[in-house]
Amino acid sequence: MITVELPNVLCSYTEDNPSLVLEEPCHTVRDALVALGRRSPGALDRIMDERGDVRRHVNLFVNGENVRFLEGLSTPVQSGATIFVLAAVSGG
Amino acid sequence: MVKRTGGTSSKISHAGKAKRTAGKSAKKTTGTGPRKQEALLLVGTMKGAFVLRSDKSRQKWRIEGPHFRGEAVYALLHDTRGDLPRTFAATNSMHWGPTLRTSNDNGATWSEPGPQTVRFPADSGRALAQIWQIAPGRATEADVFYCGVEPSALFESRDGGESWQPNQGLLNHEHQPKWQPGGGGLCLHTIVLDPDNRRRMLVAMSTGGVYRSDDGGKSWRARNVGVRAQFMPEEHRYPEFGQCVHKVVHHPSRPGRLFLQNHWGLYRSDDWGDSWRDIANGVPSDFGFAMQMHPHDPDTVYIVPIEADIFRATPEAKLRVYRTRNAGGSWEPLTKGLPQSGAYENVLRDALAADSFDSAGIYFGTRSGKLYGSRDEGATWTEIADALPPIVCVKTGRAVSA
Repeated sequence: MITVELPNVLCSYTEDNPSLVLEEPCHTVRDALVALGRRSPGALDRIMDERGDVRRHVNLFVNGENVRFLEGLSTPVQSGATIFVLAAVSGG
Repeated sequence: MVKRTGGTSSKISHAGKAKRTAGKSAKKTTGTGPRKQEALLLVGTMKGAFVLRSDKSRQKWRIEGPHFRGEAVYALLHDTRGDLPRTFAATNSMHWGPTLRTSNDNGATWSEPGPQTVRFPADSGRALAQIWQIAPGRATEADVFYCGVEPSALFESRDGGESWQPNQGLLNHEHQPKWQPGGGGLCLHTIVLDPDNRRRMLVAMSTGGVYRSDDGGKSWRARNVGVRAQFMPEEHRYPEFGQCVHKVVHHPSRPGRLFLQNHWGLYRSDDWGDSWRDIANGVPSDFGFAMQMHPHDPDTVYIVPIEADIFRATPEAKLRVYRTRNAGGSWEPLTKGLPQSGAYENVLRDALAADSFDSAGIYFGTRSGKLYGSRDEGATWTEIADALPPIVCVKTGRAVSA
């Protein structure tokens, strides 16, 4: 079981639910995002582009670590882990 | 401080401020409902879209917004071909990417963003960066729309904008690997349809140049003969393709005659783009972005010259719209009501627009967030709004009450 915490701006895609619990087995961050996409394709479109790349100004954290500095989408996740989806520091 | 010489500066009032707030989920934005015989101004900025409404006199404007707070809105369209009006907005969040939103009440409320409908095929290796243009299909095809996007590609919808398919002829064009991004990105920004010949259409991109299809979009040929690429070595300045075309316009009553604002160069074609000739007769610079056709007169075109690519500001710090009324034979500056000193402005490719009233309204927005309008075809101008976010798109419409 993996929990995905979404920022408020994406909750319109999840019936205002900021916290999604994924019951299906997920071994990596990619697995979890694929599962998220089955529940909410719109939310996944905002996190990843159609090539499957995480958008440049989106950060994913597992256990407090940015997966960009781990193994990216191949970063392992253990049952009970929480993935936080956050907007990166950017803007203008 | 720029001295305003706008005369009877248009009065604006704020109404229907969008309810969305930063960090709050995207709810429908609200505004006042449609009114009979409304003139609409749709203004896309780097931080959202504004909808301005006026009666037919277009003397006073009421401003609503920003819709899509914090998102860049590079493309807008108000379409009235069908039984009900439909308005489109291409929004782009720096964080969460591009979406296409629609309104069925003249821009008062907007659809929730859903799954991305304009998307590249998985095997293309490309991802949508931005929608640069939303264009209606022909008058008799009310459910047909086109999108020009970054990276350069053309998408078509045949169901009123619900679903979109990429044009395969352009997607897989042999020139595609050599198209290079300009300063704004590698974008297909111009879509021109032949109103009479359903098999003919033309697109323009930066860079890449002009391409035309004569077989309903199956195949495309570069149409850039005579258009220079100033940024190439001198002996290669007229390539088959690769030009940085900024905008192409035509009048539907004379569709084969095209006008082109280039990255250095002002051109006209009388043969649907088969050849181009220079018409920079009397302009302070032939560099610029914006170009707008007069809605009723196929000989009249508006531009806003910019000094240079390395200094993208109005020449001599004067904000001047230039107009030709003889198809490029000569150009005249239109300055009454516009600042003629200290105005280091820039007007981008889709930030100059015309409405369809008998006395055509001409409008433009600047990178500095000023919105100007003329109710007399450019003879006099008033400042409609100031201090908006940087304006990247201005479109017009006429609201039709249910």
